[in-house]
Amino acid sequence: MDFVTFFALAIPLVVIAIMVIAHPSPVYSALFLVLTLFLLAVYFLFLDAHMVAALQIIVYAGAIMVLFLFVIMLLNLQSDTQPTPRHGLGRAAIIGGVILVAELGLLLQRSSSEQAESALPENFGTVEALGSQLFTTYLLPFEITGILLLVAVVGAVVLAKR
Amino acid sequence: MVPISYHLILSGILFTIGVTGVLLRRNIIIIFMAIELMLNAVNLSFVALARHFGNMDGQIIVFFVMSVAAAEVAVGLAIILLVFRGRETVNADELNLMRW
Amino acid sequence: MIDFLITFSLTLLMVLMVLNLGGLLLWVERKGSAVLQDRIGANRAAVFGKLPFNLGIVNTLVADPIKLFTKEDFVPPGADKLLHTLAPAIGLVPLLVTFIVIPFGDVLIIGGREITLQAANLNIGILYVLAMVSLSVYGVVLGGWASNNRWALLGGIRGSAQMISYEIPLGLALIGVVLAFGSLDLQEITRAQGALIGGWIPAWGIVYQPVAFLIFLAAGIAESKRIPFDLPEAESELISGYFTEYSGAKQAMFMLGDFVEAIIVAGLITTLFFGGWQIPFLLRDGFHFPWGGTLALPSLLVTLLQVGAFTLKVLFFCWLQIMIRWTLPRFRYDQLISLGWKILLPLALANVMLTALIILLFE
Repeated sequence: MDFVTFFALAIPLVVIAIMVIAHPSPVYSALFLVLTLFLLAVYFLFLDAHMVAALQIIVYAGAIMVLFLFVIMLLNLQSDTQPTPRHGLGRAAIIGGVILVAELGLLLQRSSSEQAESALPENFGTVEALGSQLFTTYLLPFEITGILLLVAVVGAVVLAKR
Repeated sequence: MVPISYHLILSGILFTIGVTGVLLRRNIIIIFMAIELMLNAVNLSFVALARHFGNMDGQIIVFFVMSVAAAEVAVGLAIILLVFRGRETVNADELNLMRW
Repeated sequence: MIDFLITFSLTLLMVLMVLNLGGLLLWVERKGSAVLQDRIGANRAAVFGKLPFNLGIVNTLVADPIKLFTKEDFVPPGADKLLHTLAPAIGLVPLLVTFIVIPFGDVLIIGGREITLQAANLNIGILYVLAMVSLSVYGVVLGGWASNNRWALLGGIRGSAQMISYEIPLGLALIGVVLAFGSLDLQEITRAQGALIGGWIPAWGIVYQPVAFLIFLAAGIAESKRIPFDLPEAESELISGYFTEYSGAKQAMFMLGDFVEAIIVAGLITTLFFGGWQIPFLLRDGFHFPWGGTLALPSLLVTLLQVGAFTLKVLFFCWLQIMIRWTLPRFRYDQLISLGWKILLPLALANVMLTALIILLFE
């Protein structure tokens, strides 16, 4: 990824991500989040993660965010009329921000001495490569994820039926 | 080429935006979305590091993060729906009872 | 540079082809429904005065668009103007770009250069189709929400639940096909279907995956929100669902989106189950009949035949969908959801398991 691509993606990403939390209307927030996820998928493409980019759009943008919108529409949520800022949280945010900036500064300072990128193996990021890893090295976590999803389905049905 | 630190810094900024959203907004659904934003910021650094080291493990972790996020959203939104049915609100400050 | 030009013109060709096919389908839908219901159908507009018969071509392809594009573009009071305007485009654009991965011919040889007749060759292939189709749901959801109308909102909610539900059997049906052909690239899948089973039967996807075909057809029609699954726009219940408050060009975009989705379903069915551009026994240098004869053809003619075969097959499946639309009654909403989750999903899962088992045993 060269600098032009990076900034062309990073600047809109940050701006849109801020809009997600700053916009008063929940529907717009959700839409900005969809846009963020879409831009991240493009970002992943430039990082040679083709499969992950496709999954990002199918799972996140195509399913999870539609669920969010579905619930927002079902509850017919309007814009927040009066934001209720809490002062303790504001202070926590400032402290956290200072720590983050310090960490980022440290990272930038050290970045001059970092090592070069490793060479990419054959078919890096393709469906074949990801699939064969998932079904061999990571078989047990994969199965556990399956059980987790089953539990989530059952849980959601039980909760919604109450 | 962009050094790896740039990706990580972008990831850090996105994560912070997510944290800020959780701290400052009172609408549970938006808090939930801010959490999704944080998960995605972490995914970004995983994918960037996977590319940097030429190792697929980072991408596989992203795969797991996505499945866990899907499970979390399914249950979380069901809970929000249930809470809304009982209390007619999605404001986190008003949901201050352990039972109703 | 020349590679870029080729890709660009292929993409443009594909999008133009789809848009024109969409217009054609409007005609087939209006006149075809008239034939099915034993009435005359669109015949008001004519160029050559009163003819004893009128095919309705002028009516549907000239008069209707003029009427649609000159109507007042009404935005209801209290509606979200920005989203109300954006929604039709958000629904249509992902569908149009889906076509770049569908191959419509083998190779075109011009001046010693082999051009694969597929606008983009992505290594994620089918996943790209799924991703784009899943994005088009936002057009429905936003159109319903931004209209500030209860019927529209109900249509949007129904549409989002329906499209998410039917994406799962759709994807699982695709997995069956991917397992059978061992590739995600639609061009490779089509090439594999050129083989012959026992020297006679073309190895089309329908032979390997008949169940997946039925699931895909049902889920595809549900995904394009057409009867019998048109609950998001059911006119007897919701006026016209998520696009109740749309008029003029924006409504035309929603209608076009419907047709484009039908073309996507037809294109995917053709590519995955009915050999894509393959004609039985036609290889790159001509026909090789199983009874021994050969018929050599020039390369350009072979390419033309293949593109023609692909177009014909796509048209056939578009026609089939329109016939289904005008023949079957509408489901109830609970029937729709339980069909998706309780019948199609387990069936698709069983199909994937069975396919995997057979591949494991025989290979």
